[in-house]
Amino acid sequence: MENKKRYNLKEVMNKPERLAPGHRMCAGCGGTIAVRAVLRALHEGDKAVIGNATGCLEVSSYMYPYTAYTDSYIHNAFENAGATMSGVETAYNRLREKGKIKEEFKFITFGGDGGTYDIGFQSLSGAMERGHDMVYVCYDNGAYMNTGIQRSSATPMYADTTTTPVGKESIGKIQYRKDLAAIIAEHHVPYVAQTTFLGNFKDLHTKAEKAIYTHGPAFLNIMAPCPRGWRYEMSDIMEICKLAVETCYWPLFEVIDGKWQLSYEPKNKLPIEDFLRPQGRFKHLFKKGNEELIVKFQEEVDRRWEDLLFRCSQE
Amino acid sequence: MAIRERLSGNEAVSYAIKQINPDVMPAFPITPSTEIPQYVSTYIANGECDTEFIPVESEHSSMSATIGASAAGARALTATSSCGMALMWEELYVAASNRLPIVLALVNRALSGPININCDHSDSMGARDSGWIQIYAENNQEAYDNFVQAYRIAEHKDVHLPVMICQDGFITSHAVENIELLEDDVVKNFVGEYEPENYLLNEKETMAVGPYAVSNYYMESRKAQSAAMDNAKQVILDIGKEYGELSGRTYGFFEEYKLDDADYAIVIIGSAAGTTKDAVDKMRAEGKKVGLLKIRVFRPFPEKEIAEALKNVKGVAILDRTDSLNSHGGPLGSEVTAALFNAKCTMEVRNYIYGLGGRDFRVEDAENVFTEMEQLVTEGKEVEQYKYIGLRG
Repeated sequence: MENKKRYNLKEVMNKPERLAPGHRMCAGCGGTIAVRAVLRALHEGDKAVIGNATGCLEVSSYMYPYTAYTDSYIHNAFENAGATMSGVETAYNRLREKGKIKEEFKFITFGGDGGTYDIGFQSLSGAMERGHDMVYVCYDNGAYMNTGIQRSSATPMYADTTTTPVGKESIGKIQYRKDLAAIIAEHHVPYVAQTTFLGNFKDLHTKAEKAIYTHGPAFLNIMAPCPRGWRYEMSDIMEICKLAVETCYWPLFEVIDGKWQLSYEPKNKLPIEDFLRPQGRFKHLFKKGNEELIVKFQEEVDRRWEDLLFRCSQE
Repeated sequence: MAIRERLSGNEAVSYAIKQINPDVMPAFPITPSTEIPQYVSTYIANGECDTEFIPVESEHSSMSATIGASAAGARALTATSSCGMALMWEELYVAASNRLPIVLALVNRALSGPININCDHSDSMGARDSGWIQIYAENNQEAYDNFVQAYRIAEHKDVHLPVMICQDGFITSHAVENIELLEDDVVKNFVGEYEPENYLLNEKETMAVGPYAVSNYYMESRKAQSAAMDNAKQVILDIGKEYGELSGRTYGFFEEYKLDDADYAIVIIGSAAGTTKDAVDKMRAEGKKVGLLKIRVFRPFPEKEIAEALKNVKGVAILDRTDSLNSHGGPLGSEVTAALFNAKCTMEVRNYIYGLGGRDFRVEDAENVFTEMEQLVTEGKEVEQYKYIGLRG
């Protein structure tokens, strides 16, 4: 059930935090912003079980004996957050049936792009296909940040990471990123959306609320910049997110019951350099002689954007 | 009144699952345990069982979902064999360290490679240090009886550990034998309703599961597991006795067969114990003082009790259905030898490797082992400390 009430930033921000302060995530971490924003979409009083794949978030938010979560929480391992929560959700169904639980619970799982796009991909696919009533949230910072900025299948092309280091013989990662939201949409689950941190957080909040209150499996892909891995000024996170959207590097969309809907179309699509330039991981692209790489990057962004527009134009 | 039936080992375990009616069973098929999720799915389809079955996409996910369900407050289980268990290896440790009372129906099968679907104990023996209680069966009756006792042990407040109920692939899992089943209400009363103290779906109190714990806490968590494994010993004996009062079949750590006055003993696990009993009977008829120690509980390892049972024997042959590939023996061989050493026993001890990948273990094989041990003791005829038997000529 979607909350039809008009979005009010002040009201939303004044809700009690469900991720308590005092956790050990880095200053300026996008992952933490994503988690707090998603949990704000839970209606007050509604119970939830939060799941988590191994990653920065897990080791920083539940370090024995302290947990930052006000809800029940389960971390199992790196590659199985989807399967783990499917067990929790199934247990809930059975215990409700037996009359052992009276109240309603929501099930929300967080994973980074490592735990979601790569090592946990199979587990996520299985959970989505089986139709568990849960939300899987990927906070996508485009590399394995917890282990020290290694490339993932979510890492953008040409990024300088510790396993795709730029050097005399290397221009960084040579592949473009995997389009995970589209892949999950092809599972024909009721709700898939891609979002990031923009303006008053309305886009993220609305999508998180829809994901949580849609019956059945839902997937949210949230671009969550990592200042350490992307190498931008920590305070510029909102600007970086805006540039990702305005250059169409990170389009905002929803797929509701198989229907693709664009959430935002830039009036004036910015060149990809604007997104790449402030980030240290792309510094080499701006060296003399590498102009062609930026052209190629732009071509891939354009091709994917056109593809998305085509999907969204279909009835 | 007990129910007389003819069932395979897989059917027997599935029947126990139906009678216990647990809450959640995620599973992925693998030979030779595939029939267990098939039977349970059929019981569910026919309304004979209320268990929620999750058809997961791998064994890693089956144990992951079982952990999720158990942490959530449900009575949960899964079934697997061989490579399926190897794929869930990481999760075995997570289940045990989170102190979740999960039961795993394991049908023992060789690990790859070469790929082989037949019995040996390389799967469960490889997981012997994962923190699971391991209980082995000689036949379908024991597989059933062990399964009915499993949750009582796992969920006991002094234990809180997962339990692996092991039976031999094909030999036990697929062979149909006579069996005595308990009636449904007798099983239900014996096992009881699961009432966890702490669980994710507790409406009154939240819980967090699966922390990051570094050097300032990790070791205490391991010590707590170790203490629970110690506690499990008495609980296993108590439950085995209580089960005996109910069924007429009492269970302990192991079975001693004509061991009292034996000069030579075989120590073995699983279905090959039945074969060994035939060899013992045959040789006893010939006047040979031979006997058998059949291990039922390998984890916790009943070190002192094993040494006590073997202390008067002149020659002990420990037979492993897996090889540690460490150039000196198998896991049962190592642990029983260590138990005897710690008890200051100085008899001759040899470790044999048999039956790998389903290789037949025959009555003659057991007889040859006894004869070799006798010749070693009485004639000084040397036997390799670590030896394969039943190899192609």
